[in-house]
Amino acid sequence: MKNDFQVIIIGCGVVGAAIARELSKFKIKIAVLEKEADVSFGTSKANSGIIHGGFHSLQGSLKAKFVVPGNRKYDRLCEELEFPFERRGELMVAFDEDELRILQIYYKRGLDNKVPYMEILGRERVLEMEPNLSPDILGALYAPTAGIICPYEYCFALIGNARENGAELLLNQKVSWIGKNNNSRFVVETEAGNSFTADCIVNAAGLYADEIAQHMRITDFKIVPRKGEEYLLDRRVGTLIKRVVFPCPSSNSKGMLVIPTIDGPVMVGPTAIDTENKTDYSTTREGLKEVFQQAQRMVPGVRISDIITSFVGLRPAAVGNDGDFIIGKTDVQGFINAAGIQSPGLTASPAIAEHIREVITKEGVKMELKSNFDPHRKTVCTKIRHLLEKRDFEQYGKIVDKNKAYSKLVCRCENVTEAEIIAAIRDGHTTLDGIKFATRAGTGRCQAGFCTSRVMEIIHRETGIPFDKITKKGKGSEIAPYPIKKGNGN
Amino acid sequence: MIKNVDAIVIGGGPAGMAAALSLKNNGIEKVLIAEREDFLGGILLQCIHNGFGLHRFKEELTGPEYAERYIDFLKSTDVEVLLKTCAIDIVSTGKKKKVYLMSESSGLIEVNAKVVILAMGCRERNRGNIAIPGSRPAGVMTAGLAQKLVNRYGYMPGKEIVILGSGDIGLIMARRMTWEGAKVKAVIELQSYPGGLNRNIVQCLNDYNIPLYLSHTITNIYGNERIRAVDVAPINEFREPLKENTFNITCDALLLSVGLIPENELSSNAGVCLDKVTGGPLVDSNLMTSISGIFACGNVLHVHDLVDWASEEAEDCGKSAGEYFKTAIVQAKGIPVKAGHLVRYALPSTLEPGKPGLISLRTIAPAENAAIIVKAGDSVLYKKTHKKIFPSEMQRIKIDTVPENADAIHVYFE
Ligand SMILES: Cc1cc2nc3c(=O)[nH]c(=O)nc-3n(C[C@H](O)[C@H](O)[C@H](O)COP(=O)(O)OP(=O)(O)OC[C@H]3O[C@@H](n4cnc5c(N)ncnc54)[C@H](O)[C@@H]3O)c2cc1C
Ligand SMILES: Cc1cc2nc3c(=O)[nH]c(=O)nc-3n(C[C@H](O)[C@H](O)[C@H](O)COP(=O)(O)OP(=O)(O)OC[C@H]3O[C@@H](n4cnc5c(N)ncnc54)[C@H](O)[C@@H]3O)c2cc1C
Repeated sequence: MKNDFQVIIIGCGVVGAAIARELSKFKIKIAVLEKEADVSFGTSKANSGIIHGGFHSLQGSLKAKFVVPGNRKYDRLCEELEFPFERRGELMVAFDEDELRILQIYYKRGLDNKVPYMEILGRERVLEMEPNLSPDILGALYAPTAGIICPYEYCFALIGNARENGAELLLNQKVSWIGKNNNSRFVVETEAGNSFTADCIVNAAGLYADEIAQHMRITDFKIVPRKGEEYLLDRRVGTLIKRVVFPCPSSNSKGMLVIPTIDGPVMVGPTAIDTENKTDYSTTREGLKEVFQQAQRMVPGVRISDIITSFVGLRPAAVGNDGDFIIGKTDVQGFINAAGIQSPGLTASPAIAEHIREVITKEGVKMELKSNFDPHRKTVCTKIRHLLEKRDFEQYGKIVDKNKAYSKLVCRCENVTEAEIIAAIRDGHTTLDGIKFATRAGTGRCQAGFCTSRVMEIIHRETGIPFDKITKKGKGSEIAPYPIKKGNGN
Repeated sequence: MIKNVDAIVIGGGPAGMAAALSLKNNGIEKVLIAEREDFLGGILLQCIHNGFGLHRFKEELTGPEYAERYIDFLKSTDVEVLLKTCAIDIVSTGKKKKVYLMSESSGLIEVNAKVVILAMGCRERNRGNIAIPGSRPAGVMTAGLAQKLVNRYGYMPGKEIVILGSGDIGLIMARRMTWEGAKVKAVIELQSYPGGLNRNIVQCLNDYNIPLYLSHTITNIYGNERIRAVDVAPINEFREPLKENTFNITCDALLLSVGLIPENELSSNAGVCLDKVTGGPLVDSNLMTSISGIFACGNVLHVHDLVDWASEEAEDCGKSAGEYFKTAIVQAKGIPVKAGHLVRYALPSTLEPGKPGLISLRTIAPAENAAIIVKAGDSVLYKKTHKKIFPSEMQRIKIDTVPENADAIHVYFE
């Protein structure tokens, strides 16, 4: 039956995608239902992109259980799935005696969590490693295993590979009802009017995981978003820092960080404010001030005038659970939670996925390894900008000779060509934001002023979606919704 | 593919076209224009309103008509034009320049040239550059993108419009959207004076009763999928919004007309020094940049409000580039030009002694009964009093002869 699966995963953020990829190693029928027009449109697109070393997490928590094993899996994942990842290391810096003592606490915590190769460094060493740090710092806790990734590229790679191995991804499918039928199997209905059946459900719905669980009368947790504003600086500012830089943390967040991104520009943020509103994606004047005050204290070269864009991420924090992850089986046979996955959820996601696989096995789903599972991504589109950055014109010339679409520049700031846009569309990205995340077109300093209409033309040509129906991020966000009637123009 | 030419012009807008023609008129044989769009004409192609060419052609043309004149001039020459061809890198080693082009029809082209003229124009500042708080829905875009969607594609981004910034593109779009049946509810400007030309305020806003809020800003953007409202607040002298006077305007599109930035990534990759104020290359009186053999003109050098001046500057640029080609003049030995009281910038950064000079400048703020003065030591080279002068209007000042032994030339208002 078409809409019948053994496992249905609700939500395609990094957690849902990592689980889908893990399960695609086995001979079972799986589907991922995602309410948005593309994957990774929730919290997984708007975060700091850090693969944490693991010294922040309190011992005994699920966060601590999954963070270091998650971190360890990244080398292999990156090799198999070809997403950019670099182990740059992270520094927690101290400005006074009290903070130096705090470093000791986190060093100890790191040891408990089995974070490898940590060191407490003196002022000289730190400034030697990061000359743009404030000369006022006194020392730092250093975890060299921390890394940086582009979170949505990671998510795309996971779900892309899962699909190559048979998993089904269904977009624009907002789950609106879940129940059990006479055979004790799950029935899942979506707003789009589709109905699905499954033996097992994995709830990876991020901010909405509490509402999904309520369908099964599981009411022991509630998700309260904790909002984080982040600001991205112009590439021109250069690489002020090579490693992730943290202050000593406050009670509910890791503080404002200065973060090198894998694509070069520096990012600062995030704030941490609880909000009742799951759609509050607005940045604020206060947030901006707070971020820059704190960031400038650590790295004085960070300036407000260099901002090219900003965004908000909402951490799906579970209350009634000390803010820890909610992972595992529930009172409802076959209904499994992967909920409340706030930071360091990105880091932990590969380890969470393996754990969920074990839970599913215990819930009675027969798991037999596929012989033909291919861990490598089949289609990885060449990114021209990497060649141009290195001025490798010889290699670029060769690629262009094979496919002329590589010589049609669509995004001038990030050097993205038509070939890359087409590849992204064929990969299932049909909104401007989706294509932006998949290719970087529109992420540069002109913020899509130049490429918007060009990308729209290509979407229209490749998919047949009418020009006025092309959206930024799904229904309701059309870019140019009103055709001008011929005859009344000037 | 490898191409050898005498001169390459990057960008085929009004500046690039005029520069190429001027190179030809000054005896340069092999001239190439690389233009990344499908047509020559640059920004003019989307400016279908009147108001171009009053100085050049003594008549009022639309943008495309003005461009057409130059395209026709070019057709009568053997200037080679490569369309759908984007310059992606310039490598300068000694006298030799290599320009890499990405061409839709021929792939990668490596161009060897002795002279490079930069004429890449400028781009619009966007929301990120001005950090407006709020959500990030659809319907927020630069006025230039809206102009492209409306004029070149025939689609409207919204029906109830708010415009932030009173730059010329925003003003022109206010009128354009009104003509297409949209309601333009407000134009919001942070400064206490308009950013665009006065004639545009009159013809695009006043004639259509569109309110202009000076000394106001947008403090919040609402809407998840699509924008549904903005908060507008007056500002105090420290540019802080006054919370108690905030009001809300519903809208389904917000257009940004908050300034232009010369497009100089290519230039700075090549090693050309840029001016912090204009965002364009530092040039001498020959419009040559800090790298010998690389010249710049038009909006890539500094933002022009009138295309006529962009064309004129490009002509001068082509002329001195031609001179350079023939005689290999090195950097013109120059007397530094210094911007003084009320002058935002004065260009070029040096003038050549004993020769006539041309200075472009803008004020920092509007002024009344102000005199522009150009002085070398004690001698006044130029003085003219203006009843009113606005930052939106670029001034071009001709100096008959630059004195031989001055330390500096000072440009200021009194
Ligand atoms: C500002 C910020 C910075 C962060 N920085 C880091 C960091 O540096 N390192 C780190 O390790 N972690 C970090 N995190 C945490 C990390 O981003 C999250 O842990 C992770 O993205 C959670 O992934 P997820 O898949 O659980 O949630 P999401 O990405 O939110 O995925 C849930 C998905 O479910 C979908 N969905 C919801 N309801 C339904 C429904 N009814 N039907 C169908 N689909 C539905 C949503 O559309 C969404 O796509 C940060 C978080 C924030 C907010
Ligand atoms: C909305 C608007 C309204 C205006 N109204 C008037 C008016 O009413 N009257 C008036 O006189 N003036 C007006 N102007 C000003 C005038 O149009 C400009 O000053 C003039 O167009 C500048 O010419 P340019 O050639 O320097 O730049 P542009 O016209 O921007 O041309 C630059 C060209 O370079 C190309 N290019 C850029 N980078 C590359 C690359 N790497 N490789 C290849 N090609 C590249 C671009 O595609 C473009 O075609 C207006 C300007 C705007 C924006």
